[in-house]
Amino acid sequence: MIDQSFDGLLQPEERSAWLREKANWIRLSAMTMTHHAKLGHTGGDLSSADILTTLYLGHVLRVRPSEPRWAMRDRFIMSKGHCSGAFYSTLAQRGFFPLNQLKAFMDPLSMLNGHPDRNKLPGVEANTGPLGHGLPIAVGMALAARIQNQNWRVFVLVGDGELQEGSNWEAVMCAQQYRLDNLIIIVDRNGIQQGDFTENTIRMEPLADRWASFGCAVREIDGHDHLALLKSLSSVPLEEGKPSCFIARTIKGKGVSFAERKPAWHHGVPTREQLHLAATELGVEVEW
Amino acid sequence: MVNTVIAPNGESQMTQLYDCRDSYAEALGEMAEKDDRVCVVINDSLSSAKMKDFKAKYPARFVNVGIAEQNMVGVGNGLANGGMLPYLCGASCFLTARAMEQIKVDLAYSNANVRICGMSSGMAYGQLGPTHHSIEDLAWTRILPNMTVIVPADPIETASVMRYSLDHAGPMFLRISRIPVRKVHPDDYKFELGKAAMLRQGRDVAIIANGVVVSRALDAAEILAERGVQARVLNMSTIKPLDRESILKAAQETGGIVTAEEAFVAGGLGGAVAEVLAVEHPTRMRMIGVPDAFAPTGTAEFLMDHFGISAQGITKAALELVRPQV
Repeated sequence: MIDQSFDGLLQPEERSAWLREKANWIRLSAMTMTHHAKLGHTGGDLSSADILTTLYLGHVLRVRPSEPRWAMRDRFIMSKGHCSGAFYSTLAQRGFFPLNQLKAFMDPLSMLNGHPDRNKLPGVEANTGPLGHGLPIAVGMALAARIQNQNWRVFVLVGDGELQEGSNWEAVMCAQQYRLDNLIIIVDRNGIQQGDFTENTIRMEPLADRWASFGCAVREIDGHDHLALLKSLSSVPLEEGKPSCFIARTIKGKGVSFAERKPAWHHGVPTREQLHLAATELGVEVEW
Repeated sequence: MVNTVIAPNGESQMTQLYDCRDSYAEALGEMAEKDDRVCVVINDSLSSAKMKDFKAKYPARFVNVGIAEQNMVGVGNGLANGGMLPYLCGASCFLTARAMEQIKVDLAYSNANVRICGMSSGMAYGQLGPTHHSIEDLAWTRILPNMTVIVPADPIETASVMRYSLDHAGPMFLRISRIPVRKVHPDDYKFELGKAAMLRQGRDVAIIANGVVVSRALDAAEILAERGVQARVLNMSTIKPLDRESILKAAQETGGIVTAEEAFVAGGLGGAVAEVLAVEHPTRMRMIGVPDAFAPTGTAEFLMDHFGISAQGITKAALELVRPQV
């Protein structure tokens, strides 16, 4: 691993390379955890890794790992809580808990439950896992900041299949009514849900138009381009008085050839050989 | 509201009746004045939750999410995370049933500091029918770890419970009825979490009731007294955590327990009391409440009588325990 803090890097290329290596470490870490637990969600871990890396390690989020419940922190909700492998690896990289605790993923009595539990693990804001919970919670947080005239922001990462849950649309109607421009929604648009491609299941397109028609300021971005993510997520709100919605175009299974764009890898568990192959392709090593 | 009722001694009495929503709303306003964390979330339930005054006085701490209960509960979790103390106020039938997974995950499992004020619970909506009755809510909320479940009996207890809720840690379900009730507690009564209030001494049989049924239990005790039966009456307003001690004491000292509630007995107060007694002190019981059936059409009063959730129904059940040979 490169042991250099992100803030010390001034050149865009350096920042991009640093974030890429961190993201690939998170990818391999998540796959190793899934291999260990024989359970996990590889496809979504890999598609969301660059977004998580940018938010936490690119210092978009104002958080204090040593003071996880600091009142003025930005809130981040991993609404697609099934991608806990990538989420936990990111939190550990950011310093919320020691890296070696990742070894205990889903072990008996572990604080690393299959889905995040805020009362067990520092850095987790919401107990997610059942889909369609994160956005309503995020709206409540944004309202809390608004009511108290505080300037912290709320970021929520939702899956694309997840948007089939109606509660999301209840929440975004509320967000636009209250003009919550301190709310930033990121959609991990990898196009695949558990059983099939989203468009073969319940068509999600035209997704950007849908968000816009619900009152959001929408921007489509490449969910694997760290510099684009950094720039976009750092320049919010996109429009005053509106929630920001970034549709991050991603590839499910990104970075690992045998998992890319394959619905079966939604919750595929890598073998030891596949883990070695992934390490080679990602160009990183994971030792907790 | 003033009602003319016929007392057990046959005399006509004027009794002041109250809508507990008035005392809940008044208490909430006072609490908001004292505590900046207090905020209200409604689901288009401005008048049914009696929140017009609150909205006028504290517009910044008032959120209307529209007809969207799943979002409502999630918003409650988020407000609590952000340092507020949200009261989610809406008709219990929609709020609990529609958002049950959010109540489980966002409130109970998350152990979030959120209060659900389930309005017009039980069969208060009467002839609007089973879609609008909320007689499942006790079973649903009581089963959840971390959840506290309270069913106040009168306006005094309702206000006291509301004030208590300011300092409670963890999620609460407060069942606020709109069925007119008389006062059953003295004006200086103070609610204590998990402690039943003994409203009448007695050693022949015990009636354990809560909510709007408590006054009916007291009426039953009067009728029983005329027949020489001394019934103990306990107001078990906290269903969770349950006052096991009072239940066991009542069972040991009277030998017969009647539970009475405006809910499905399965999973409700009756079920809760039976769970304690079956393990700790098997005791003969009768459970008054709604059986395994959806209600027919009728006013709340009609339906209460229909299911025997009445002084007469409770009396009959108590006599079965006291005089099994009759």
